[in-house]
Order: sequence, then structure tokens, then C-alpha cells
Amino acid sequence: MFPRLVYESFRRQTRRKLLAGIAITLGVAVATAMIAVATDIGDKINRELRTYGANLVVTPQEDTLDVEIGGINLKPPSDGAFLNEADLPKIRGTFWHHNIVGFSPMLPVTVKLAGSPSGRIEKAEDVTLLGTYFNKKLTFGKDDFTTGVRITHPWWKVSCGAGVLARKAQPSTVATARLEATSAPARQQSVNDEACGWPTDDSQDVLLGERLAAKLNKHPGDSIDVNSRSLTISGILSSGAVEDDEIVAPLPVAQQILGRPGAVRRVYVSALTKPPDALSARDPKTMSPEVYDRWYCSPYVESIAYQLQEAIPHSHAEQIRQVAQNEGTVLSRIKGLMLLVTLAALLASALAVSAAMATAIFERRVEIGLMKALGAGNLLVSAVFFAEALLLALIGGIAGFTAGALLAHQIGRSIFSSQISIQPVLFPIILVIAVCVTFAGSAAAIRRAVKFDPVFSLRGQA
Amino acid sequence: MSTGSLLSNHEGAPLKPSVGLSGSLHTAREVAQRRAQSPHTSMFIRMLIRAAMLRRGRAASALLAMIVAAAVATAMMNLYVDVQAKLRSEFRNYGANVILVAKSGDATGAQPAATNAPPSLPPDTLNKIESTLGPKTIAVPFAYAVARTTDGQSVVVVGTDFARARQLNHWWNVNHWPVVNRWPPPRQAIASLVDHTTDTLVIPVEALVGIRAAAVVTPTRQPFDLTFQGKTIHLAPAGLLQTGAGEDSRIYLDQSEFQAWTGVAPTTIEIAVNGSPEEIQQGIKQLSAALPSADVRPVRQIMEGEANVLNKTRATLYASATLVVLTSALCVLATLIGWVFDRRRDFAIMKALGASERLVNGFFAAEAAALGVVGAVAGFFIGIGVAAWIGRANFHAPVVPRFSVFPYVLAGSVAVALISAILPIGLLRRVQPAIILRGE
Repeated sequence: MFPRLVYESFRRQTRRKLLAGIAITLGVAVATAMIAVATDIGDKINRELRTYGANLVVTPQEDTLDVEIGGINLKPPSDGAFLNEADLPKIRGTFWHHNIVGFSPMLPVTVKLAGSPSGRIEKAEDVTLLGTYFNKKLTFGKDDFTTGVRITHPWWKVSCGAGVLARKAQPSTVATARLEATSAPARQQSVNDEACGWPTDDSQDVLLGERLAAKLNKHPGDSIDVNSRSLTISGILSSGAVEDDEIVAPLPVAQQILGRPGAVRRVYVSALTKPPDALSARDPKTMSPEVYDRWYCSPYVESIAYQLQEAIPHSHAEQIRQVAQNEGTVLSRIKGLMLLVTLAALLASALAVSAAMATAIFERRVEIGLMKALGAGNLLVSAVFFAEALLLALIGGIAGFTAGALLAHQIGRSIFSSQISIQPVLFPIILVIAVCVTFAGSAAAIRRAVKFDPVFSLRGQA
Repeated sequence: MSTGSLLSNHEGAPLKPSVGLSGSLHTAREVAQRRAQSPHTSMFIRMLIRAAMLRRGRAASALLAMIVAAAVATAMMNLYVDVQAKLRSEFRNYGANVILVAKSGDATGAQPAATNAPPSLPPDTLNKIESTLGPKTIAVPFAYAVARTTDGQSVVVVGTDFARARQLNHWWNVNHWPVVNRWPPPRQAIASLVDHTTDTLVIPVEALVGIRAAAVVTPTRQPFDLTFQGKTIHLAPAGLLQTGAGEDSRIYLDQSEFQAWTGVAPTTIEIAVNGSPEEIQQGIKQLSAALPSADVRPVRQIMEGEANVLNKTRATLYASATLVVLTSALCVLATLIGWVFDRRRDFAIMKALGASERLVNGFFAAEAAALGVVGAVAGFFIGIGVAAWIGRANFHAPVVPRFSVFPYVLAGSVAVALISAILPIGLLRRVQPAIILRGE
């Protein structure tokens, strides 16, 4: 009899059940989407914070002092120690290589730039030529990846002039971009479109800083005379920093000018890190083995620096505090905000569900009266209603979870142009929450409904 | 029979028939008495008040839903408006977003840093910046020179304003900030200050030494000498500076000491401008106009990073706030529709007693509007409290209440209340009052 009561109630009152079901579905959908967004927002914002560029720098261990003002190096060019370019792919072999978004080696060289008759500089002048990777394809073991300033310095903008040299970067190099930062299809598309002006890493083409270009009155496609070798300008670089007064060239060009093949002055590494806490600030030398393991296996900026130092011989890795120290605060603020907003969303959807359930049950007083008049006890009547609520919650929960997953997916795609992953473990949790909220919402209404005197409800006076 | 007693008969609570009869008689007499004494208010208002009083339970639950929804909506709107300002101030911890550099004076473009007399900024530049951009702006001057250590090493020395630099560059890891013109010198140091060749006291200038520079110039943290164009200065390393960037290989001095020693005036000023990208662009324009001898540039790394993260956060918050407000509106809608539907008998009796359709509609609409207004006002204040609490819990600064969102909350609440009153009435209008009264 009991299953039939529940079944008939669903079959005959489709409209009412549909209304309550829709309320539950919507509530659960909002809750699911918000929980999914809130759990994933840290990761998403962390990636967005990489727009600030590298948060780690690797320098040679026995480096001498930099004597540099406003981007102009005042040190003899061959002075100081260098890192070996051949060691760089080992960065991909570190424990947290999945967190390393990209890296760029830098080799500044002071060069003599021949004066140009059309520009404001007549006599030869010292400028800095910076050798680096633009979008270099590297291999570590079986792992192919691309890296360079286009990943680590996203604020560098290159204009290729009025299509003088509108060369697209070879599609193959872009298509094989493996590092996570470029994995989203949308971003790859934009990389392809913005490729105009960027030199390839094996060419003799260079980027000219915009202020230097204005001084020299040079445009893309022109060539410049550097240490009596002729280099073609493929684009004009705007960085808003010292590079605007420099020449940026592929690394081999700088190495040839310096006469030191394979030399790298420093490496900028952009890594996804965990906000600092009490453990991160401790000195690894004073840790017990268990604490050390925990420290080593957490993506703190300190532990990644430590691992980079292990990977690259004779190196010293340091966090760039301007970037590394602030991202933790920003990240935790945004995460905290979303957590609180999610709580508000959960509260609102719980209220919506219970309001819908209360209304649905209140309308059925006559039915309850009839059941009681026929001899049903309070317990049985409540059981029927709770069973209905359970069924509704399960159906609404499943539908709502699906809708919420789609919603989260949509939010992720439209805002972050990447997936928001829904943890499968969320599904049972959401179902349990849906059932609990539906029960809580129904309980008060059921109790009140059961208390009615059947006489009144049957007379229609309740 | 008066409306008051009629309504009391329809109260949700189950009354025993006998009690109900005497109760209604009693109520009728009371009502007549009260009416004789009370000032003559219109029937319409009295109906509204009685309706709310006599069905307290249902009215209260509808009002509660309204208040919660209005509170959530207010909190979300307040947060959405205020969070940008809050996050922007967090982003200011990244340091300067505008940099001001002295223009190289001569057209030949001689290297400003390499020559001994680089172009410097006029001395009143700092004041001009502050008067142009307002007092909240932090501007830090920097002057650079290359000095030599006693063993002939080159090192970059920077003159700056420590108090301002400390305010601007929160990420600088400094174990101890130097004190400018400390007098008297630390007692334990006095013995080491005596220059025995001339028997005079040489007071070292306190300097902030970059961690890599310290390894070269003063590995033992003892006072050291630097020479610039034949002039020597005696420096004491007051603190160590660690940033992971170029600052690590430099030595920082107070600007006045630096200028007295080298004669070099500030060449660069780093500025943290508050506000949206448009406001910053505006500030850059104003600065360029006010200081024609300087080159004002935005720091793209900082500006773009901030814009990017802020836009994403705002978009996420916007999506979440929309979802939350929609859900709570839905909640109100469900509750109110149930409430109005429950009162179809009131509706029927009013019509049976000869009330016009307009009067009945007006009655329910006025009731809904009153509910919306009360809910919106109460919800608004609760919502402001919630937003303030979230601000305190998350940003350690309360969210400033924005009264500008009140009209939206009010309009939204009343609109939702009206919709949820009119929907069921539209359905009920087609039904004959007799059928409702018969309980079918």
C-alpha cells in the first residue's frame, strides 16, 4: 500500500510535483555550480596571476654583483659566471614540473649599435642586446614542450608594423605548445593571431624596443648594424620597462656576439605556487625528515626554488618577492570571497527549496485529512510525505547536479576560457545536501499538516 | 458581518466550533468598540492591517523570505561594488604602476646613466605629483650612482626616501630599516667610530644593503667605505634587503645623505596610483602635462596583471551574485504565491460582498507592495551588516555601505512581490466565488 500511495501521488499530481521538483533542481544547480567554481577558483586565479610574469629567478651560484642602472649594464661583458643552456630542460624534470608554466633564459650583452643617419643617433652607441627564448621548442626525455618570453612575459606586446613583415609564426611550433598556459584552445587561437612580429628562435631576427626604435627611426623589416653584424628587425617590442630601450634577440645571437656558446646569465621561471604558510617559511635544513618531505612535496615558492637549485648545477634560485609575495595574499582574498559568496548561495538555494516544499505540502491538507479519517496514524502520513520528499530530492538532485555542472562549465569557459573541473566526490555530497534541505524544508510543513483535525480539512475550512 | 471577524474565521488555526462562534461574537463587539474610539481610518487600510495581524504565521513566513532575499541581494550588490576597490588596494602591494623618468636633455641621446651628470628631475617634482594625483598617491624618488668599494669593485648606490619606499614596496624583505640621522650613535658602536689617525669621531651613515651587495662589501656586517668621484662616505649596514631582483645588488641611502655625497638628484620616481585603468591613464596624462621635463610611463607588467585578475574576479562574482539573487527571488516567488493562493477564500468573500475587481486587485497588490517595502528595508540593513562582516572577515576592512543600491533592492523586492500576488489572482479571477466558498 505504501509504495502505491507514493507512486499514485506522483502520477496524479504531476503539476505540483513538477513545481517542487523545479525548485529543488534550480537550488541544487546553483549550489553545485557555486561549489564547483569556489573549489576551482584558486587554481584559475593562480593561472591568471601568472600574467605578472616569472616569480622565480635562477642565477649562477658564484655570480658577481649586477652593476645595472635602468637596464644598462655597466659591467664588462664577459665578467661574472654563467649557467649552461644545456641544463635548462632539466627544469622539466623537477618534482613540481607540472606547476612550472614556463621559463625564459636571459643573456644581456652590451653591444655597439651603429648610428643611423635617419634617426636621432648619429654616432655609434652602447645598447643592451638581450638574448632569450621567444617560443622555443625543447625536449626533456619523452616530453616535448615550448617555453619562452611569450609565456613568462605576457605583457610584452609586439607590433609588426603595417604588415611589412607580416609573417606568421610557423603553425607547427604553436600547435605543439604543451605547457599548460597555452593548453586552452581559445588561447592557442589568440597566440596564432598575435604571432605577427615575433622572431623565430633559430633566426637572426630581433625585436627592437619601442623607445630605441623611435630614437633610431627604424621599422619592422629594416635592419640594424650591431657589432658589425646585420640583424633584421621583425617587430617593435613594447614592454613598459627597461626592454623598451633594448634589442631582444634569439639566445644564440647573443651567445655568438659574446663568444660564449651555451651561456645564460639568468633564467626566469613562472610557476604555480601555494600561498605561503607557517611551514613554507621554515629553513629546510632544520626540518625533521617527515616535515621536510611535506615541505618538499608542497608547491611553495620556496620548495620550487630549492628543487630548481637541485636540477641546475651551480645555480642559485630565488623568489622574485614582488611577484611571489603578493600573489599569496591576492589568491587567499579571492578564495575567501568566493567561499563566503558560496555560503550565501547555499543559504539562498536551501531557502528556495524549503519554501517550495512547504507550499507544496500545505496545499494538500485535504488529502491528509482524508488519510487520517481513514485511520492512518501521524507516523504513516509523515512517512508518505517524507518518502515523496526523498524521491523529489533525489530526482531534483541528479537533474540539478547535471545542470549545475553545465553551468559551472559555462562560467569556466566564458570567464577563464578553460574547464572548471567538477570533482566526482561532489555528487554524493550534493545529493545528501539536497535530501537534507528538502527534508528540513518539508518537516515544518508536514508537522503542521499532520496536526490538522481531519474534520476541518475535510470541511474545507483549514 | 465585519471583514475583521470574517477574516478571523479563516485563520489557519483549528478552532472548536463553539469557541469559534462565541469568539467571533466577542471579536465583533470588540471591533465595534475599538472602531468607535479610533480615528476614522479608511476601510482599505484597516483591511490591510487586519489581514497582516490575523494571519501572523503565514504573513511572517512570507516576510521572512522577503527579508532574506533582500538581504542576500543587498549583500551581493554591495560586495560587487566594493570588492573592486578592496582588491585594488590589495593589488597596490605589487608596487608602483607608473614610473616617471627624467627626459634626457640633449637630443643626441647621450646615455643618461653612464654619463656622470645624468638628467635629473626638478626638485619640486614630488610636490607636483602629490598635488596632481592627490594625497593618497605614494611616490618614491630614486637617484642612482655607481661607487667603488675600497678594493675597487663597482656597486650601484641608490638614494631614496626610506619611509616612502617602505610604504610602496611591501614585498621588500628588510630585517631592519635604517634610521636617518640617528643621534647619538648606538652606545656599543662608539668605540669603533673613533678614527685613530685623526682622533675624531666618524659617524657612519646608516644604509640598507642588498643581500648580494652585502656579501661583497661587508661580509662581516662592519661599517665600510665607498668612493664616488674621489669623495668617500662611511656607511654602516643597518639592515639587509632581499627582493630576489636587481635591488639585491644595490646599496640604499637616504636621499639627502646621498645627494650631499654624490650631488646626484633623483632621476626616477616610482608612483602607485590608485584607481581603475581609466583613472590611471587620466593620472598619467595629468602628470605628463604638469611635468613636461619628465617621461611618464605605465608599468605594463603591473597594470595588465591587475586588470586581468580583477576582471576575472569581477566576472565570477557577477555570475555568482546573479545566481544567488535569482535563487532568492525564486524563493520569495514560491512563498508568496503559496500565501496568496491560500487566501482565495478572502478573495471570494470580498467579491461575494460586492467588491469590484479593481478593489480586490488593488487590495492584494497593496498588500504585496507593503510586504515588499518592509522586506526590502529590513533586508537592506541586514544585508549591509552581512557585507560588512564579509569585508571584515576577508579583507580586514569593512565594506562601506552603499545606499545607492537601496533603490534597486526596493524596486526588485516590490516587483517580485507584485508578480507573485498578481499571478495567482489572474488564475483565481476566472473562478466563481461560490465555488471557492463551497470549498471545491
